[in-house]
Amino acid sequence: MFQVRIHGRGGQGVVTAAEILSVAAFSEGRHAQAFPSFGSERMGAPVVSFCRMDDRPIRTREPVMEADAIIVQDVTLIHQVDLFAGLLPEGYVLVNTSRSFDELGLGDLFGQFHRDHLVTCPASELALEQLGRPLSNAALLGAFAALTREITLDAIDTAVRDRFAGALGERNVAAATAAYRFVTLAEEQVRAATD
Amino acid sequence: MLRQIEGSRAVAETVAHCRPEVVCAYPISPQTHIIEAVGAMVKAGTLSPCEFVNVESEFAAMSVAIGASAAGARSYTATSSQGLLFMIEAVYNAAGLGLPIVMTLANRAIGAPINIWNDHSDAMAVRDSGWIQLFAETNQEAADLHVQAFRLAEELSVPVMVCMDGFILTHAFEGLDVPEQSDVDAFLPPYEPRQVLDPDDPVSIGAMVGPEAFEEVRYLAHLRQLDALARIPALAAEFSEAFGRQSGGLVSPYRTEDAETIVVALGSVLGTIKDAVDVRRDAGDRVGVVGITSFRPFPRDAVREALSGARRIVVVEKAFSIGFGGVLSTDVAMATHDADCSLRTVVAGLGGRAITRRSLEELLAAASRDELDTLTFLDLDHGIIERERARMTATRRSGPSAENILRDLGTVASRIG
Repeated sequence: MFQVRIHGRGGQGVVTAAEILSVAAFSEGRHAQAFPSFGSERMGAPVVSFCRMDDRPIRTREPVMEADAIIVQDVTLIHQVDLFAGLLPEGYVLVNTSRSFDELGLGDLFGQFHRDHLVTCPASELALEQLGRPLSNAALLGAFAALTREITLDAIDTAVRDRFAGALGERNVAAATAAYRFVTLAEEQVRAATD
Repeated sequence: MLRQIEGSRAVAETVAHCRPEVVCAYPISPQTHIIEAVGAMVKAGTLSPCEFVNVESEFAAMSVAIGASAAGARSYTATSSQGLLFMIEAVYNAAGLGLPIVMTLANRAIGAPINIWNDHSDAMAVRDSGWIQLFAETNQEAADLHVQAFRLAEELSVPVMVCMDGFILTHAFEGLDVPEQSDVDAFLPPYEPRQVLDPDDPVSIGAMVGPEAFEEVRYLAHLRQLDALARIPALAAEFSEAFGRQSGGLVSPYRTEDAETIVVALGSVLGTIKDAVDVRRDAGDRVGVVGITSFRPFPRDAVREALSGARRIVVVEKAFSIGFGGVLSTDVAMATHDADCSLRTVVAGLGGRAITRRSLEELLAAASRDELDTLTFLDLDHGIIERERARMTATRRSGPSAENILRDLGTVASRIG
């Protein structure tokens, strides 16, 4: 089982992102489960969503306590919420930002996790370019696919088109593709630097 | 066809396939997505003929359902928590009048303190109202139970409440098969009311009944629920034949053969409990679990039978009777009163507190060592309790406890689970 936790704020599409990821996994023939944990029902409140993917039926209903991957959609949560609680040693971190981990005060993550499992991606900016609005969830899922290889970009694209009809779907697919390329390139640079 | 969809969406589509003629509801989290989706289908004409009545409150929602049902229409509504309490007088009326309304209850805690998250306090608050109460373990079962609920309600002229855990199920995306229109049509015949307000054949419904007959009216309601004890498994078997999967029934045992310790629970937590049972089985503990699908009527014989081999029974409940303890536990104790086994109550998951597999594993291990107290509150933070008790001792005007505790915790929504 691969377990993902997404942190963001109400109105940013945190819940939608987990749902789309579950649809993507389902489209690849896997079992998937997505559900939210609302902090409170208002724009801007901290929201967490979860997605599990497995080759077997998923029965558990607990929140994702031991995560294989954590996606941070809103960096203003960094010093408010215990974002990385329960992240497994082999786990992945994806942060939506144009800054670096060091600039965010998260440099100590490098000592705890594999360097090439940690990536920042300016998903909001990439979404802004494609959509005209900084709605980052499709872009973040493209970045997630590149970082973890747990899901294909094709499956993400299928699920994004399933969620957003017509031109909006295509623009979100373009944002996902741009983020996928960004992270693929970033990962290549990390590996080149560590080799 | 298997689809990856939200539980609320699945329930809405299934309800639409049951062809309700009147839907009346007032939005409240976490029920909202269900009723929004049904409303959209009525507006789009995909659910037709059906009148969607926007009402001004939950009291009106149930009152409209009562009127519509008495006029011979298949009627549906949905609510949660405070909404259910607000309609409670009409909830009792619907049952007392024997009107086969189907209602989804997206289970949520009751305030104060205000809390939008899941537990079973709302369902327990109307336990004695005369409604049949069925609990879904998964979204597939939640969808399927609605088809069975309309059939059961109309056969017996008793309202049926389908309980599904708020957020945990209503807002969860998972793969499931929405019952197809043609299959539902074959399973659920058109509504043939036992009583109907018809100007061509006038009757009164809801007349005053004095001491000379009230007890008999109530006893008849009890008999109808006992009839349901036979009909629920029969309908589940028929459903399985028609739809090719198991859903519903009275109880659902899992790995109870040779089990010394058996957990009893309602609703979606059964999934996590099954995972915990597998872990403890691998560790050598002889444990199993029994899910109770039909909470009202309470299947005493089926529960006794399912628990007959156990030395220890552990009832895990998402509600409790303040000042006493377990609610479901009391029913289970009645069902097993002549059995040679211990019974422990574990209150868990109140107001959305996560029930984790790890906590359940520890609980099962403690139960197997006979170390469980009669009443346990799972993952209760004793430090918080002690500090608030100390504040209350230190000063008379210690202020509101809930707010004191939040201040004590320091951060809002910062914890996972």
